[in-house]
Amino acid sequence: MNAREEILARMREALQDASPAPEVPREYRRALDPGVDIVAVLVDRLVDYKATVHHGTAAIERALEGARRVAVPADLPAQWRVGSAEFVEDRGLTTEELDAVDAVLTGCAAAVAVSGTIMLDAGEAQGRRALTLVPDHHVVVVRRDQIVGHLAEALPRLDPAAPQTWISGPSATSDIELQRVEGVHGPRRLDVVIADERTGPLAGPAA
Amino acid sequence: MNDIVPAASLIPADAPFPKAAKVALGMPQLRKNLAHATGTIRAKRAKVAGELDDWEQLRDTAAAVKAGVQRRLPELAMRFEERATAAGAVVHWARDAAEANAIAARLVREAGAEEVVKVKSMATQEIELNEHFAAEGLRAFETDLAELIVQLAEDKPSHILVPAIHYNRTEIRDIFDQRMGDAPAGLTDDPAALAEAARLHLRRRFLSATVAVSGANFAIAETGSLVVVESEGNGRMCLTMPETLISIVGIEKLLPETADLEVFMQLLPRSSTGERMNPYTSVWTGVREGDGPRHVHVILLDNGRTNVLADEVGRQALSCIRCSACLNVCPVYERTGGHAYGHVYPGPIGAILAPQLEPGRHDDLPYASSLCGACYEVCPVKIDIPEVLVHLRQQGPHAAGERAAMGAAEAVMARPRLWRTALRAARLGSMPWRRKGFVRRMPWPASKWTVSRDLPVPPKESFRDWWKERER
Repeated sequence: MNAREEILARMREALQDASPAPEVPREYRRALDPGVDIVAVLVDRLVDYKATVHHGTAAIERALEGARRVAVPADLPAQWRVGSAEFVEDRGLTTEELDAVDAVLTGCAAAVAVSGTIMLDAGEAQGRRALTLVPDHHVVVVRRDQIVGHLAEALPRLDPAAPQTWISGPSATSDIELQRVEGVHGPRRLDVVIADERTGPLAGPAA
Repeated sequence: MNDIVPAASLIPADAPFPKAAKVALGMPQLRKNLAHATGTIRAKRAKVAGELDDWEQLRDTAAAVKAGVQRRLPELAMRFEERATAAGAVVHWARDAAEANAIAARLVREAGAEEVVKVKSMATQEIELNEHFAAEGLRAFETDLAELIVQLAEDKPSHILVPAIHYNRTEIRDIFDQRMGDAPAGLTDDPAALAEAARLHLRRRFLSATVAVSGANFAIAETGSLVVVESEGNGRMCLTMPETLISIVGIEKLLPETADLEVFMQLLPRSSTGERMNPYTSVWTGVREGDGPRHVHVILLDNGRTNVLADEVGRQALSCIRCSACLNVCPVYERTGGHAYGHVYPGPIGAILAPQLEPGRHDDLPYASSLCGACYEVCPVKIDIPEVLVHLRQQGPHAAGERAAMGAAEAVMARPRLWRTALRAARLGSMPWRRKGFVRRMPWPASKWTVSRDLPVPPKESFRDWWKERER
């Protein structure tokens, strides 16, 4: 018997006299209370994680301050490419090239207010995973209609087959005396720009 | 600056728990570090768990989902295999540690590599992948900060989430300074400076690695996806940059569908690091053209899990999501630390997992508990750890002294007159060793009982005597 068959046989044997599984109760929350200002909650959480929050796409320039060369996914909207930085489109940049840029500017797929989580699923304006990982400074634009209150509202918006990265603040560790310090291997600086635009070239049917 | 003395070299891993614990209890710095770290994390967890008004409902759901997974394990494992394979992954099955290690080593060689970068993974600790690789001439570099500390110190992990929890910042500074090779000159013990040193040390390695080894926090049967939850970005580096990714996943990590993450991803970060969400979560499904590794392997690992599955009471230990909240609240763990348990899974969850994963070994671990129940209170998936501890105590062998005591008690209690006489004798007999209503230490052979227990002093009057007196 090969390993697969043997393990499956062991499982079946182990379960021979097992009591039936209980019903799964689903009584937990799937949304925040109506009337909660989810943008305010998101901002509060992001600031708690030591991310910097900006409002309006005009603030992208300020968020990119200090960056001379900025990597962007090739499909990043033109109206987000503001300021004096040089925008380098990722059309197969090498790791060394990614490591040499000062920042990366992308959009996202969704943002969860209650946990301060920004989600990427390799969709429009997000690029591949290495793009938002290797540069030390990530500026991410979140449209207001991409913000939801609760994790349960965000998951259906993501492409389950695509690689996903959920980001809650800059890279951090709690490995030394359980004290959280920001800045290890991922981008050490995270700037979040909350854009007012609700419609436009990016407003997909899922949003 | 002090020489590095790994804690694991002082605490005998193969000794019975009481003996190993005694050594650990005699290490004041270790106890101080543990008390500080577990105290910090307990407060953080309580705060963020308390923020959710549906915490108990989430626990109920998680417990039921996991119980369902256990009953449907063959079906879910095959479904995962089918979906992951369809997405371009290669799924392997490993009956035990040796088989998993052999598959992983073969895959590394087939990729033309001699070294790998590693994401923190309990499964690979459990199968001792690093040691196996070393024996085969392959090198595995740990990249999680705490794992790096432990590896540099040539120590062993002492905690599920924070394997270096037994070191304080000054000790970590010394380890980096003496063992890292490229530690910045004048390195201080500021945690931010230590994190920066780790970043510089590993950066080149991340950007040039060709093979990575990971575990997974969840495996989604519906989609064939794997999920890794982390903080530092070392996980993202390992999962994204190399050409080949090998993930070793215990079969109990399966979840039926993606939507289950809405439950577990609320419970896990709040229970483990005490954060509303961990900084980074990666989800991947097979191979994605132009994005990440081109060769994706998954090794589904049994290694004793089907043995746990067969026990109607003990099975719930397979619900564990390795958050380590039970370690942080345990009065035993807080004082002894993880090494004394002599197993990769320490603390309350280890006390029920280790003896079931390796039957016949670790039979003393179910006794490493006062049955206070704090572990059950904090468990995000509601594993009734005290219930399983008692269950395993009943099954395991009992020490000769305890067997003799229980046998004698049975004989005496079956005879009312003998029992009355024995009670009176006990009252008089315990006189010299009484302290404030308890007998703390009796001479041999009774010391076998009192070495780890306080014995209440028998009451002045038995219930029977009192009742008889009252009826007069």
